[in-house]
Amino acid sequence: MEVVGLTAGYGRTRVLDAVRLTVEPGGWLAVIGPNGSGKSTLLRSILGFHPHRGQVRVDGVPTTGMPRRERARTMAYAPQTPVLPDGVTTRDYVTLGRTPHRPLLAAPRGVDRQIVGDVMERLGLTPMAERPLATLSGGEQQRAVLGRSLAQQPRVLLLDEPTAALDLGHAQQVLDLVDRLRRQDGLTVISTLHDLTLAGQYADRLALLSEGRVVAEGSPAEVLTTQALHTHYGARAEVVHGPSGPAVLPVRSSD
Amino acid sequence: MTTTTPGTRSGTARPAAPGRRRPGPALGGAGLALVLALLAGVWVGALPLPPSAVVATLLDRLLSPLGGSVPGGLEGAQAAVLLELRLPRVLIASLVGAGLAISGAAYQGVFRNPLADPYLLGAAAGAGLGATLVIAYSPVQSVGPIGIVPLAAFVGALIGVGCALALGTAAGGSHSATLLLAGIAVAAFLAAAQTLVQQQNTDDLREVYGWLLGQLGRSQWSDVVLVLPYLGVACTVLLLCGRALDVLAVGDDEASSLGVHPGRLRLVVILAASLATATAVAVSGLIGFVGLVVPHIVRRLTGGSHARVLPMSLLVGGAFLVLCDLVARVVLAPAELPIGVVTAFIGAPFFAGLLWAGARRR
Repeated sequence: MEVVGLTAGYGRTRVLDAVRLTVEPGGWLAVIGPNGSGKSTLLRSILGFHPHRGQVRVDGVPTTGMPRRERARTMAYAPQTPVLPDGVTTRDYVTLGRTPHRPLLAAPRGVDRQIVGDVMERLGLTPMAERPLATLSGGEQQRAVLGRSLAQQPRVLLLDEPTAALDLGHAQQVLDLVDRLRRQDGLTVISTLHDLTLAGQYADRLALLSEGRVVAEGSPAEVLTTQALHTHYGARAEVVHGPSGPAVLPVRSSD
Repeated sequence: MTTTTPGTRSGTARPAAPGRRRPGPALGGAGLALVLALLAGVWVGALPLPPSAVVATLLDRLLSPLGGSVPGGLEGAQAAVLLELRLPRVLIASLVGAGLAISGAAYQGVFRNPLADPYLLGAAAGAGLGATLVIAYSPVQSVGPIGIVPLAAFVGALIGVGCALALGTAAGGSHSATLLLAGIAVAAFLAAAQTLVQQQNTDDLREVYGWLLGQLGRSQWSDVVLVLPYLGVACTVLLLCGRALDVLAVGDDEASSLGVHPGRLRLVVILAASLATATAVAVSGLIGFVGLVVPHIVRRLTGGSHARVLPMSLLVGGAFLVLCDLVARVVLAPAELPIGVVTAFIGAPFFAGLLWAGARRR
């Protein structure tokens, strides 16, 4: 997956400036950056929700200008705060992921139900299949959203802050799950993550976005440096290198 | 969360999960309720009719095109009351109820707002202004076979929604919040114009109020014939859009990421629902409550999926309005209550009861 010269904005304000990114098939790229650096706009532009210039290619095929349904079979999206409709069961919600694969007005077919059943089994959602979404816990809801994205059978999975509403334990469970899925299915994952330590431990590449530009891209150890955190986040922090990747340790000012 | 075992696949293939809510029984029950309501509607009235003869007459009329006949039917004046007065009235009541309820469910889905009803986007205010204008100023009573008031109400409702859509689209694309605000602005303006016209022509006040409260008493077979094609088209489109509305329910961005065009879908559904509403308003005036509450009652029975809520609303809405009309005819017989009063009087306590029962179950 490649993003070339992506430029986007709101009105006259330019939010993204000639962003260039490359993700290997089956790789996990985490887009990090301070608040307002354009992370969400970048995801929304890649998905084609936001008007932009530049090109997005998946396996060499440009997705810009691709019919919506075809794009939906290529890329799936889990937003930061998903809308969970009232009175809809977990199974019906996951089944929505089959929408781009069947006629819009038709009922789900046997093959759709089969795929939905498999996905729910893999994500441990089968016990709550017939429960309304609203009765699920935060972690379970996040897995339901993942399930819907996987039922789409995409090649690229775009996750906007998948752990924003979760505590540390549930966040780790969700990220472990995403990691396993991408290794098993060869899914390419692009996610925004504001937790730098989690980003450094789970993603194999990081892109640091600041004021709409990619200011650093590479392995977690290359991107997460004390200097970069100071320059772009205005933060005082140490980077500790552990066995599972770099960890960011905030340092309180001495006065 | 130790039950989470991602990556493990179930060994056995399961084509359909057990315990899945099937729409069949609910739809069958609602269909039966509609048929029973229709029968009760033609049977009960100021003139008593023997129920067996009512059924025999109806079967005879149904079978006669096929060459069959059923003995024991009604004769003379009784047959005329059944076939020329009650039957068209009951059919119109069911069509109007069905049209308003399915439109309400569609509006609520499209705006993701439980308070939406078919009159939200200026249909009611437009129809009201149209009807008031012709009641006050029109020199003619009808254009060809069509009464001038239904025609003006129909056109007014469509103009009202058209203005709201044009304003909303010009102001901010097809976002639901912008459309809603545009609808409120248009409705407020048209309602003010209607009040102005009404105050200038106090002689017609009674007739205007009678229309605003809704009425089914003047229904004829010609109305049924007039209404059917429009309602048929609108309801077919809405029923087809059920699954697409389920996708729209997760939000515009996510619907886009699932391959749906939210703006286009919203426009199609609003146009179809508005056509159904305008048609219903044209023959019956402004009957409140049905379009707002029937979809909520249905959701409590079948869950939130539009693929089930829309057809169920159609059936339950039809049955509900037929029964309300029955009550309107019977309570103060031979005088009639305004149908809009009855729908609220029956619907509100019933809905409150459902809410209460739902709260206790939790």
